[in-house]
Amino acid sequence: MAKTGVYTFLVCALMCGAAYAAFFRAPDEATMHLVQRIFYLHAPSGMTSLAAFLVSFIGSVTYILTRKPKWDWLAVSAAEVGLAFCTVVLITGPIWAKPAWGVWWAWDARLTSTLVLWMLYVAFLILRTMIEDSDRRALVSAFFGVFAFLDVPLVYGSIWWWRMQHPQPVVFTSTGLDPTMRKVFNLSWLSLTCLMALLIRQRYELESSREELRTIEQELEAN
Amino acid sequence: MKNLDSVFVAYMIGWGIFFLFSLSVAKRAAGLKAELARLQERLQDSARQGK
Repeated sequence: MAKTGVYTFLVCALMCGAAYAAFFRAPDEATMHLVQRIFYLHAPSGMTSLAAFLVSFIGSVTYILTRKPKWDWLAVSAAEVGLAFCTVVLITGPIWAKPAWGVWWAWDARLTSTLVLWMLYVAFLILRTMIEDSDRRALVSAFFGVFAFLDVPLVYGSIWWWRMQHPQPVVFTSTGLDPTMRKVFNLSWLSLTCLMALLIRQRYELESSREELRTIEQELEAN
Repeated sequence: MKNLDSVFVAYMIGWGIFFLFSLSVAKRAAGLKAELARLQERLQDSARQGK
C-alpha cells in the first residue's frame, strides 16, 4: 500500500514536471506559437493509448492460448486505460485543430481511424457487460480484443501512408523536433507511460478483487 | 498570449479525464472491498454455526 502511494506521488510529480516544462521550458513554435504546446499532452497521450491497447492485445491473445483468467483481467484493464488516453487524444486534438487549421475536425485518415479505434474499444467494454458467464465473456471479448487491435497499426501508419490534414510524423524522425522540444516531449511521454502503468495496475487489482468476491459467493452458496 | 485559453482548456480536460478515471477505479475498488469484508464476515459466521 505504501509502495503504491510512493509510486502515485512520483507519477503526479512527473506529470507536474512535464506540464511545467511544456508551459515554461519548451520554446515557442514558429508558426503556431502558444497553441502548439497542446502537442506535449496530445501526442504522448496518443502513443500511450496505443501502448495500452498493445498490452490489451497481448492479454487477449494469451488468454485465448492459456485460458487463464489473469490474462483476461489484464486485457480489460489495459483496454479501459487505453480508452481513457484515447478520449484525451480525441478531445485535445480538436482544441488544437481549431486555432491551427480553422476547423474542429477533418475526416482525415489519422483522425478517422482514431475515432474508429475509440468506438471499437467502447464496443469491447459494452460487450463484456452483455455476457453473464465469466469464461464465455473472457473468450468472446478476447477474440473481439484481437479484432479491435487490427485498427492500431492503421492508426499508427495512417500519417505515413496517406498525406492528408494531420501533420507528418515528427517523433520517430531524426530532424522533426528541436532538441529542447524533444526533451520536453520525452518527459511528457515518460510521465504518461508511468501513469498508464499505475492505472492498469489499479484496474487489474479491481478485477482480482472481483474474482475473490465471486469465490466467496460460491463458497457461501455451497454452505 | 494568443490561444492560451485553448492550451489551458486542453490540459484541464486531459488531466480531468485521468483524474476522473482514477477516481472511478478507486470508488469501484472501495465498493468491492466493503462487499468482500461483508461476505467474509458472513462466511466466518456460517463456518462458526457449522461447528
